[in-house]
Amino acid sequence: MALVEIDNISKNYQMGEVQVQALRNVTLSIEEAAFVSFVGPSGSGKTTMLNLIGCLDKPTKGKIAVDGKQVNDLDRKQGAIFRGSVFGFIFQAFNLFPVLTVHENVEYPLVMIKNESASDRNEKVLKALEAVGMLDQQNKRPDQLSGGQKQRVAVARALVTRPKLVLADEPTANLDHKTAVNVIRLMRDMRDKFNTTFIFSTHDPGIMEEAEIIHTLEDGQLTHSTPRPLNGKEGKNDSNI
Amino acid sequence: MIRIFKIAVRNLMRYKRRTLLTSLLITLGVLMVILFSGLSGSFKAMMIGQITDANLSQIQIHKKGYVSSMDSIPLNLNLNSKGYAKIEDVLKSNSSVDAWAPRIKLGAMLSNYSETTNIRLNAIDPEKEVKVCPAVGNRMTFGEKGQRKELIRPGEVILPDKLAKGMKIKQGDTVVLVANNKDGSVNGLNFTVAGITETVVGPQGKEGYMHIKDARTLLRMEQPEITEVAVRLNDFDRLDPVYEDLKSALGKFKNKNEKPAFEIHTWEKLSPFYNIARMIDLMSVSMKLIMISIVLISILNVMIMSVYERVREIGTMSAIGTTPGKIMALFLTEGFTLGLISIAAGTIIGLSGIFLLNIYKIRFSFGRNDNLLLEPSISFTELFWLAAIVLLISVFASLHPAYKASKMEPVDALRHV
Repeated sequence: MALVEIDNISKNYQMGEVQVQALRNVTLSIEEAAFVSFVGPSGSGKTTMLNLIGCLDKPTKGKIAVDGKQVNDLDRKQGAIFRGSVFGFIFQAFNLFPVLTVHENVEYPLVMIKNESASDRNEKVLKALEAVGMLDQQNKRPDQLSGGQKQRVAVARALVTRPKLVLADEPTANLDHKTAVNVIRLMRDMRDKFNTTFIFSTHDPGIMEEAEIIHTLEDGQLTHSTPRPLNGKEGKNDSNI
Repeated sequence: MIRIFKIAVRNLMRYKRRTLLTSLLITLGVLMVILFSGLSGSFKAMMIGQITDANLSQIQIHKKGYVSSMDSIPLNLNLNSKGYAKIEDVLKSNSSVDAWAPRIKLGAMLSNYSETTNIRLNAIDPEKEVKVCPAVGNRMTFGEKGQRKELIRPGEVILPDKLAKGMKIKQGDTVVLVANNKDGSVNGLNFTVAGITETVVGPQGKEGYMHIKDARTLLRMEQPEITEVAVRLNDFDRLDPVYEDLKSALGKFKNKNEKPAFEIHTWEKLSPFYNIARMIDLMSVSMKLIMISIVLISILNVMIMSVYERVREIGTMSAIGTTPGKIMALFLTEGFTLGLISIAAGTIIGLSGIFLLNIYKIRFSFGRNDNLLLEPSISFTELFWLAAIVLLISVFASLHPAYKASKMEPVDALRHV
């Protein structure tokens, strides 16, 4: 059984008097440990797709199952609990908490969502920070970091709870090309290390090349899906972002 | 919970100036309430002490109907010895009663042989009176040198200061008191002016004093009679429950018409200062309402701003799995923490202010009482309730913004710019 199964979903938005169809009759499935990207121009439905998979929004029509659970009918609280147990999120604007240090930002899901003991938390946070190469920056605040460093912290925060699936909406849009490639490769390394499924959206051709499976969206429709074996192509992550 | 508290403190410190200004405003409100409560409470307690310990007593018991006609000092509403004995039995059986004293109230003509005027007199048993009104002697000045054992002896009278001054009567002078008894016959006796008493606030504050035995002689009482029984309790704070107990016990005695034989009143019903005390209480409540408004509006404003400025952050919290309950708890904790910091600062500054006021002693005059010393204080109970109110209002003011934050849809919140 696939980790994500999307069955004929559509999503409509009401913009004033106009109804916008963000997604139209999309059906696809994503296997565990996959490294998948949704690509397409602005307004093609990439963010909507990620929001629906991540239980941040509900489809107008169709069904979505994640990790074997139908997520269409989850209420606000159930949705939050499900997101906390299954997903990690990486955002375009990093969305780190400005009042918390790097260590505390990564620790946040373990405190507020997992209720783990202090010793367990510390061990997991240090491991996650080490994995993304940010251990030496753990006492800094987000405003003391570069864009690439912030996104590394965001990756660590997304992975610290060991989620089955990490969703990253345009994770490289605010980064220069070199940094962006390094962040994507870091994500792929984490997939290899933790066997976590990564789904990200991008409209940058250089970045989409890094994905193993590329789903292309145009005007809310899935136009084609391209498996791309990466054997021999991977470059090592450059942690000096 | 400690982590939520820590995050809440960090969020408050994010906008240092705003948090500081809001906290200062609440601190000021708390400070005003503490100082006002300390000063007004001290003033009230002092005045009540003056009235009950130096003049009126805490509770008075009369024959039914006396208080409503007390201005005319009716002698036909005196209590006979049987009635007094019944009252004594009730007082003896109540362990909260510390002491009681009989009094005879009478009106008389006072003459210094050249001038004559009216005088109201309080005839007392001095030994019992000082137990009921321990400060009564403090109002009096005596002509004798050295310590005086008795407050008043038979054959002596103590005159109110204004009256003595107006009549040019000095301590040691002889005066004549002429009074009508309840049958209308007139009697006169010579008295030595033993002392002068200061006037105090209240209906009995301008009375002179004489010995109760002299009053019986002057009024030609064939049987001992008294006008009232003044009562003092072990614990003034238990005035109301003891009053109710005594009222209930005295209510069992009926007169010939099967109506209550006695009436009992606390000082509150007998002194006009009670209305001033009520006004002070009302002003104290008003101060607290103002403070509550300050806390409510300040914290509501800060928390609303905080939610609007952090919409994306709330979206992030929600997206990564924070439940609505925890988001709400975080914002409530922020409001609570702001209130906690402010009440702590206000209490420390307020108590320091009270301490300073006690060092730099404040004296004032009230009516004809000069050089009264204010000793402001505030009870732990009042401080506790003040803190509880501020914290409760802080949480209450944060409720709506916190609820709004917890109900945000993450997808909308993340889109917020």
